Amino acid sequence: MSMPTETVEIGLTVNGRSHRLAVPASATVLDVLHDCLSLTGTKKGCDMGSCGACTVLLDGRRVNACLALAAQQDGREILTIEGVAKGDALHPLQAAFIARDALQCGYCTPGQIMSALGLIAEGGAQNRTIGDAEIRENMSGNLCRCGAYANIVSAIVDAASSPA
Amino acid sequence: MTSPFAYARATDEQDAVRLAAQPGTAFLAGGTDFLPLWKAGLAAPSRVIDIGRLALDRIEVRDDVVVIGALARLADAAGHPSIRRELPGLAQALLASASPQVRNMATVGGNLMQRTRCYYFYDPAFPQCNKRNPGSGCGALQGYNRIHAILGQSEQCIATNPSDMNVALAALDAVVRVQGPKGEREIPIADFHRLPGSTPNVDTNLKEDELITAVDLPATPFATRSHYLKMRDRASYAFAIVSVAAAIEIDAGNKITAVRLALGGVAHKPWRAQKAEQQLLGKTADGKTFQAAAEEELAAAKGYAHNEFKIELAKRSIVRALTTVMGMPS
Repeated sequence: MSMPTETVEIGLTVNGRSHRLAVPASATVLDVLHDCLSLTGTKKGCDMGSCGACTVLLDGRRVNACLALAAQQDGREILTIEGVAKGDALHPLQAAFIARDALQCGYCTPGQIMSALGLIAEGGAQNRTIGDAEIRENMSGNLCRCGAYANIVSAIVDAASSPA
Repeated sequence: MTSPFAYARATDEQDAVRLAAQPGTAFLAGGTDFLPLWKAGLAAPSRVIDIGRLALDRIEVRDDVVVIGALARLADAAGHPSIRRELPGLAQALLASASPQVRNMATVGGNLMQRTRCYYFYDPAFPQCNKRNPGSGCGALQGYNRIHAILGQSEQCIATNPSDMNVALAALDAVVRVQGPKGEREIPIADFHRLPGSTPNVDTNLKEDELITAVDLPATPFATRSHYLKMRDRASYAFAIVSVAAAIEIDAGNKITAVRLALGGVAHKPWRAQKAEQQLLGKTADGKTFQAAAEEELAAAKGYAHNEFKIELAKRSIVRALTTVMGMPS
């Protein structure tokens, strides 16, 4: 039986790098990315799970970093927007966002891209074509206050049909 | 606003129950409901017990029952081949829940415990809420009550249960398995959630030191012919204004031999529409019968300044959901 503690020691692999961290028991993954690892690409929008700006992949699945308690993630792998490009070579989805002009202010973009990566991965090995309506439904956890939705959908269609 | 809490990880179910015996303790699984509540100052445990690593995430398919582990993620339950095939209404309700991100985190057990999204409960800036602060009054009664209850409410509380899954569970005769200090017990879904009465601060009949371990979905003649209809203010990622889980069995003469109806977004608990079910049983399955049953169920409904429309919407949703299940293969 383990005793409750105020600080929790965890191991996290973030964008391929291992970290040992002592995190406050009540810190979220989002706070740890910002405050302990200086990875500020993951954005804090609502901090209540409503906007999707903080979307990251946790063991390959998209989640809201603001709703994930860091203490619970010992041993897990996180991919953030900073880990998506290979050096200076953009991921095809990032390139598609630029080609399709799928952003205006850009604040929601890291979350949109991480969510779309999760969506494409969920499509699995069938490699089937995802329709616009299905993309809209499956991207509903990501808000864009600039309203770039039409071009976001186009960028995802492009990236989903040209495998990385 | 937020108060820090201590953290411990439970090693097994007994450990979790033992740790929960101390007051001020909260179980933590997916965290998707707890963390917003904590950030809003509505949950302030002195310690959380992480149950997320307990071996309770399996979905087991037997001849007479599908057992969904309490820690199964909503996305995993929704995508499970047997649930999609045998319990389509449940799969649809799970997929209509929240967002893809939240469905990857939120658990079935946590969803049973999801708290209301009543604005007056969720924002402590409102002084009145009998659920948050017993005896303070209900801000919604005279306030903005568009999302609020029309059935089973009390003068103390008109909040609604926000879950989609719970509505499908109510229509599919689910049984909740819980572990307590004295062993295991089973709670039929109809007895799990409570109507507000004079104690709206108590959402469920689960005791504080009891842990949900699984949800049983028994094989029924109507489960494969089930459907979840969700009406909401936007196409996706919104709570139900009204929802209906419907399941039906008919004989060769088109007579209804078994039927289940449950409503969401209209009451403090998933609302099993038993009056409508009684009306439907043994009758010919057609639009006229469905309409009469819907009228019967909503006869006792009471609307407020901003949610009167829900009464008509609920009737039409019942008819539409029943029409949809009739179109499904048996």
